[in-house]
Amino acid sequence: MRAVFDRKLNQLRQSFEAMGLAVNQQIQAATQAFIDHDKAAAQLLIDADQATNTAEVNLEQQALELIVLQQPVANDFRTIISILKASSDLERIGDHAVNIARETINVKGNTRLPEVEAKIAVMAGKVRTMLIQMLKADLSLDATAARNCAQQDRLIDQLYQAIRQEIVLANQATPAASLASTSYLLVIRLLERIGDHVVNLAEWIVYSVSGEIVDLT
Amino acid sequence: MTAIMTSTDVHLAYGAKEALHGFDLSFKQHEISALIGPSGCGKSTYLRCLNRMNDLLPDVTITGTFKLGAQDIYAAKVDVVTLRQRVGMVFQQPNPFPFSVYENVAFGLNVVGHYAKADLDQRVETSLKQAAVWDEVKDHLTENARTFSGGQQQRICLARVLAAQPEVILLDEPTSALDPISSAKIEQTLLTLKANYSIIIVTHNLQQAARISDQTAFFLNGQLVENTPTQQIFIKPQQKTTSDYLNGKFG
Repeated sequence: MRAVFDRKLNQLRQSFEAMGLAVNQQIQAATQAFIDHDKAAAQLLIDADQATNTAEVNLEQQALELIVLQQPVANDFRTIISILKASSDLERIGDHAVNIARETINVKGNTRLPEVEAKIAVMAGKVRTMLIQMLKADLSLDATAARNCAQQDRLIDQLYQAIRQEIVLANQATPAASLASTSYLLVIRLLERIGDHVVNLAEWIVYSVSGEIVDLT
Repeated sequence: MTAIMTSTDVHLAYGAKEALHGFDLSFKQHEISALIGPSGCGKSTYLRCLNRMNDLLPDVTITGTFKLGAQDIYAAKVDVVTLRQRVGMVFQQPNPFPFSVYENVAFGLNVVGHYAKADLDQRVETSLKQAAVWDEVKDHLTENARTFSGGQQQRICLARVLAAQPEVILLDEPTSALDPISSAKIEQTLLTLKANYSIIIVTHNLQQAARISDQTAFFLNGQLVENTPTQQIFIKPQQKTTSDYLNGKFG
């Protein structure tokens, strides 16, 4: 019985890790397409999002089956619940990446602001670094690393405020870029929200390790 | 909440072989406390210390202090029959006497004292109602208690214990011989009874401990590993050994 449970729990962990890596790839591709004005790449990404949604549904099914059939408690229970909750955050991150891809298509062909796009690229890079670090903390069940990593969200929030200000000013100087500016505002907002979901991942790592429900935002 | 029973530095040996190795454990009033652990860990042995059932075994040595309220239950002046009336017990196998349902429950009452017939009738009915079996047996009170189903027999036994008006009810795996529906009836009954009684239950059914108990004590190899509020032990036990046992890694 125990061997079956261990194997299934291991499968669940692997599915979660695979989903994390796939979502990380989605943000990378979405922001790259946005910066490169690559409409085709953006469309590919939008079409591929169904895979992330299916992955999340499969993962939920595996987790719920484990809970009902094996009735885990204590640390095994916390592991499964954490994966279940964290997978929702990953799925939302995937949705945000898709929305960034949609903005690529919206803004294509309009007047743009290269200096703002460079800043957005920097912000996207920081969000991805944070997500990668958080996925590593999850792999090693390192609650301290997760808490430290969550701190980076403050920097993301500061960047969001600074770039937002910059977009407003740049738009005043170049009114023709107003459509692009609206997209930029939306994209940095999405990146900021992704940062918040990465913080949620940290909260589930802490719960899995210690049983404490914390608010790290 | 005040403790109804306390035990300190509990040691018990069968001949030269020690089965309980020295621990403290107490139980709160009007709570359900569950004792869990693998077979042979000492939980039933410990439970039987609480109403001196082990006294009947040859060559058993029990040391430590066991108190019911402020009273030392192993003191020389203690009347064991009175103790077992105050600390009643329900066993794994339903063990009604080969008498009628009525006589089984009245037997518990006669332990306490003699009652007029009308009083006796009333108390038998109350006890069977408290044990949630009245509706099923009220028209068959004169029938042999052993003709009823296992789940009904177990509740008749519970009624027999309740008739003696105990303060504490000990149960040693009371539902392990019962189907899930009968088990659920017993569990529901215990949850109702805890308003007026203090309940200590040995169970191998971890979900049962999780469902009904307020406090869970985990025993292993004659030691108490931890005694923790139930909602905590099943989410975040204090000891890794407990987590391993709860998830079936041994035992």
